[in-house]
Amino acid sequence: MLAYLIRRFGQSLLVMAVMATIVFFGLYMVGNPVDLLINPEDDLAAQEAAIRRLGLDQPIYIQFLQFLKGIATGNLGVSFVHNTPALELILSRLPATLELAFFAMLLAILLGIPLGMIAGLYPNSPGSRVIMGGSIIGFSTPNFWQGLMLIMLFAVFWRVLPSGGRGQTTDLFGIPVSFLTLDGLRHLILPALNLAIFKIALVIRLSRAGTSEVSLQDYVKYARARGLSEKRIVGVHILKNILIPVVTVLGLELGNVIAFAVVTETVFAWPGIGKLLIDSIGLLDRPVVVAYMMLTVFMFVMINFFVDMAYSMLDPRIRIKAGKS
Amino acid sequence: MKNTIWRVALAAGLAVSGATAQAETLTAGFASEPSSVDPLYHNLGPNNALRKHMFEALVGEDENLGIVPMLAESWSNPDDLTWEFKLRDGVKFHDGTDFTARDFLYTACRIPNVPNSPSSMEGFIKRAETIEAPDDHTIRVTTATPYPLLLSDFASFGVVSASAAGHDGPVTYKKGGCEGIASYPPSEDYNSGKAAIGTGPYKFVSFVSGDRITLARFDDYWGEKPYWEEIVIRPITNDGARVAALLAGDVDIIEKPPVQDLETLRAEDGVDVVQGASSRVIYLHFDHQGEPSPGIGGTDGKNPLKDVRVRKAISLAIDRPLIVDRIMGGLAVPARQLVPDFMRGVDPEIGLEEANLEEAKKLLAEAGYPDGFTLVLGTPNDRYINDSKIAQAVAQMLTRAGIKTEVDAMTKSVFFSRRNKYEFSLYLAGWGASGAGMASPLRALVATQNKDKGLGGTNRGRYSNAELDAEIETALATVEPEAHDAALRRASKIVVDEVAILPLHYEVTPWALRKGLTITPRADQHTVLTTVRPVD
Amino acid sequence: MSAIPVESPFKRFVEDFVRSPTAVIAAIGVLVIACVAIFAAQIAPQNPYDLAEINIMDGSLPPGSVGFDGFHYWLGTDEQGRDMLSAMIYGLRISLSVSLIAVGSAVAIGMSLGMLAAWSGGRIEAFIMRAVDIQLSFPALLVALLLLAILGKGIDKVIIALVLVQWAYFARTVRGAALVEIRKDYVMAARCLALQPMRILFGHVLPNCLPPVIVIATVQVANAIAIEASLSFLGVGVPITEPSLGLLISNGFGYLLSGRYWISFYPGVVLLVTLVSINVVGDHVRDILNPRMQK
Repeated sequence: MLAYLIRRFGQSLLVMAVMATIVFFGLYMVGNPVDLLINPEDDLAAQEAAIRRLGLDQPIYIQFLQFLKGIATGNLGVSFVHNTPALELILSRLPATLELAFFAMLLAILLGIPLGMIAGLYPNSPGSRVIMGGSIIGFSTPNFWQGLMLIMLFAVFWRVLPSGGRGQTTDLFGIPVSFLTLDGLRHLILPALNLAIFKIALVIRLSRAGTSEVSLQDYVKYARARGLSEKRIVGVHILKNILIPVVTVLGLELGNVIAFAVVTETVFAWPGIGKLLIDSIGLLDRPVVVAYMMLTVFMFVMINFFVDMAYSMLDPRIRIKAGKS
Repeated sequence: MKNTIWRVALAAGLAVSGATAQAETLTAGFASEPSSVDPLYHNLGPNNALRKHMFEALVGEDENLGIVPMLAESWSNPDDLTWEFKLRDGVKFHDGTDFTARDFLYTACRIPNVPNSPSSMEGFIKRAETIEAPDDHTIRVTTATPYPLLLSDFASFGVVSASAAGHDGPVTYKKGGCEGIASYPPSEDYNSGKAAIGTGPYKFVSFVSGDRITLARFDDYWGEKPYWEEIVIRPITNDGARVAALLAGDVDIIEKPPVQDLETLRAEDGVDVVQGASSRVIYLHFDHQGEPSPGIGGTDGKNPLKDVRVRKAISLAIDRPLIVDRIMGGLAVPARQLVPDFMRGVDPEIGLEEANLEEAKKLLAEAGYPDGFTLVLGTPNDRYINDSKIAQAVAQMLTRAGIKTEVDAMTKSVFFSRRNKYEFSLYLAGWGASGAGMASPLRALVATQNKDKGLGGTNRGRYSNAELDAEIETALATVEPEAHDAALRRASKIVVDEVAILPLHYEVTPWALRKGLTITPRADQHTVLTTVRPVD
Repeated sequence: MSAIPVESPFKRFVEDFVRSPTAVIAAIGVLVIACVAIFAAQIAPQNPYDLAEINIMDGSLPPGSVGFDGFHYWLGTDEQGRDMLSAMIYGLRISLSVSLIAVGSAVAIGMSLGMLAAWSGGRIEAFIMRAVDIQLSFPALLVALLLLAILGKGIDKVIIALVLVQWAYFARTVRGAALVEIRKDYVMAARCLALQPMRILFGHVLPNCLPPVIVIATVQVANAIAIEASLSFLGVGVPITEPSLGLLISNGFGYLLSGRYWISFYPGVVLLVTLVSINVVGDHVRDILNPRMQK
């Protein structure tokens, strides 16, 4: 058991190392960041000096060795653009992205489960058809287009919500969060909704399927026969049974939410790590891109690792399979 | 209904805030974020624009990039190699200490010592052999050879406080390394505000990467007090989002509203648009060396661009006013020289050229290409206003003249890397001239590449013309303004006659503001919020 | 419901399918879209990539305008003077062909690896499935984004990125289905007869793995179109000279606020209709092929 977990963990570290290497060399191939960062008015000597200062005059394998040496001391490199340690830069942006992802998840649960249950309980009513049609459209709408539509409607036509950026933040346990102020909440609604719509559609489908399946189970039929109120049947028996799969799937989807935050953050100028990634790719800020990648890979590895661990404890079949391979 | 209520509430809110005018906050949406608050870290547009709010240079540049007094009240040339600056009295830093000549010397010392600087300010001080302070309010600079552009160089970097940077003793400037300074603060100290002490009209409050920069009015400022008590700069890089932020009232002013939205913004009730000519020229550069040239086909390996007739034909095939009208929405001025009329060194005799397709075809036939050839035009698609659209329009026009042109558009990171490896036969780029005027593009874009002389740094078409080089070098060694400008005019004439490079247009910079506000447009395209004020 | 042996499975499938009018409409939609894309060159009034055919004088005309030389622009033009209708038809072709080529290659690679895993077992299987697990644990958009960051722009590179993020779905599905199939008596019998493994795999096992692969492939085509559009929006997708639907929307992005809605609006609608049609068809096919959903 322990050996299995250790081996999986080792494999994950290997993945991280391989990906970091590929991205490191890949970005080197794309181009020279100094070409972009330098003021074009600088003469050739100044351009060469800048290349030297950033250590980019060294052959790539030396740069890579230095990068490895840095990792050994917990240093993932210094941003070419911002002259700040890359990891520090990313960690300073991380709370904004996590806040956004968390609120999108919350919206997905709060809106998706009731709608999905309605569709599951009354599959043939017109309301359910509208919900399911809406969920297909929510599934299919390109995220960036949807974001602009939201800005057009709420920020430009009705002028009820701000169009982008993060609102006023307050410190909660030393972490800046924006959901505790009115200004912050107003800024949070649109990007969170944009990020959530896809997840809402997903949750609607999951809870509809769950609801229609659970409704046919014997214990629900029995509860109905016993004359329990419909409210209680739906609120307790059905909800409890669909909540577990929905929350599990959403947990696994967390990584996807963070990935799609790249698009939402770009549209809404949300100062999170996704926007930092896009900007850094554009400027060939290699240390930041590599550090972002290692950090997210690490996050996913941890999420998957805990899910695996939980499963293998709950499900003996996996343990047997693992022992075999 | 709800809509109306909101609008009424909004109007009421505006009315109330309007009454307390002097206590207002100005929020601005910038198109790009400065990479650091450190004024000496990165010589690039957004950083330099931010710098102008907090850190002042020895001499300033007005909106047309003419040199004006700033921290130095006056200056003189005792001889061709010496410059003497008299510093202004009573200038205070944000922390209350006095500004003296020592701070300028310290700034000059720190410039080569900013770690990891991707584009250093070193170029602005390297012509100075010695920098001395005979007294607290005098600075004397000597150069090895006569150097007319020193003022423009000294206008380009902001002066930092020596004490705030952690240095209390005297400073002696020495080229190649100052003495007596133990260590220099890293850029982080400026981002955190610790060392971010300047003499400018605004002082540092906070910097949240990716989100906002907040500045507060400096009450002991020596000059005219700015209108706004607080300014907030928010980077909103997406064009649509920036416009939306203005329309939604989240910001009071945005820079670089997309050209295609200007018509709507002008028609909008609560919005004003202000625009002004810039010093940025958009040009096409030819491959003057490659044979065969990478993007040319149908010529049996020959490079037709080396033939001046072909370059003239290309120039004649391009209808510049049409591009200005259709692609730029009128927000540009057709160009023939490398800097606009209001700058130094422009030859007023050289007029615009009228497009003439027949003449272009004739010249091509004369040069031995009656059936034209194929050509790839390289361009970035996210660097200049409508860059790739301009390139496509140019390609359409060249194709009509018989040069079958294909556009290879790419993101700026890839574009500049490939350009610097000479992978294009024809490429589109831009050049924002400094206060030096014509000298700025001439020495960088068309002077023969020469690392030792610091010439041809961005001459990625590898143009080389001894006659032109001679004129440029004459200009760069003549301090007397009239003679300096005359040499520049002669050089500009050569560039136009030889079609060494092909200017398309000068960008006009737009700003969009909340109704009732206005801004002074600057030719360097910097957004300086100090100049934003209510219309009288 | 019990199957009647004489009925062919395909016929039954079609009968089930046409029972839902929504699905039929969606299927017709998919067919029409596919035809438009295939015959783009014949249908489109203009070749939007031929610079000699576009006239910048006709830039930014609203829908229904008549151009400089009498050309009728039904859906208006973009700022280059490109006919939007033609640009959309060609853009649709690019979007569809990018995703179809990508999904097709992903199916081929994924199926081969999935069957290889199921057939050989042991270390090979463990290795392939571990790679699948790792691949699926990262969000597709992020992996594609990083890949394109290091590969650069281009249609071919977008396809490579899409294949790399999609092959694992097919490998996992095929392995699952193949494992079930391989344990069946007829395969055992074929093995005993010492038939060539290739023949057993491709002749017998493969056809039985197809239904789930078809379901997933349908969904993945829609996914691929959406990912390609997002990548193009983020500036790392197809080159601007030959825009896909996603890039057309992205180009028109800035024009929405200026009232020139048609540059972005119509491509958006076409993209939405395409994705909805494919997803509805995919949903329905899955419902039919998944016995649990049948009443």
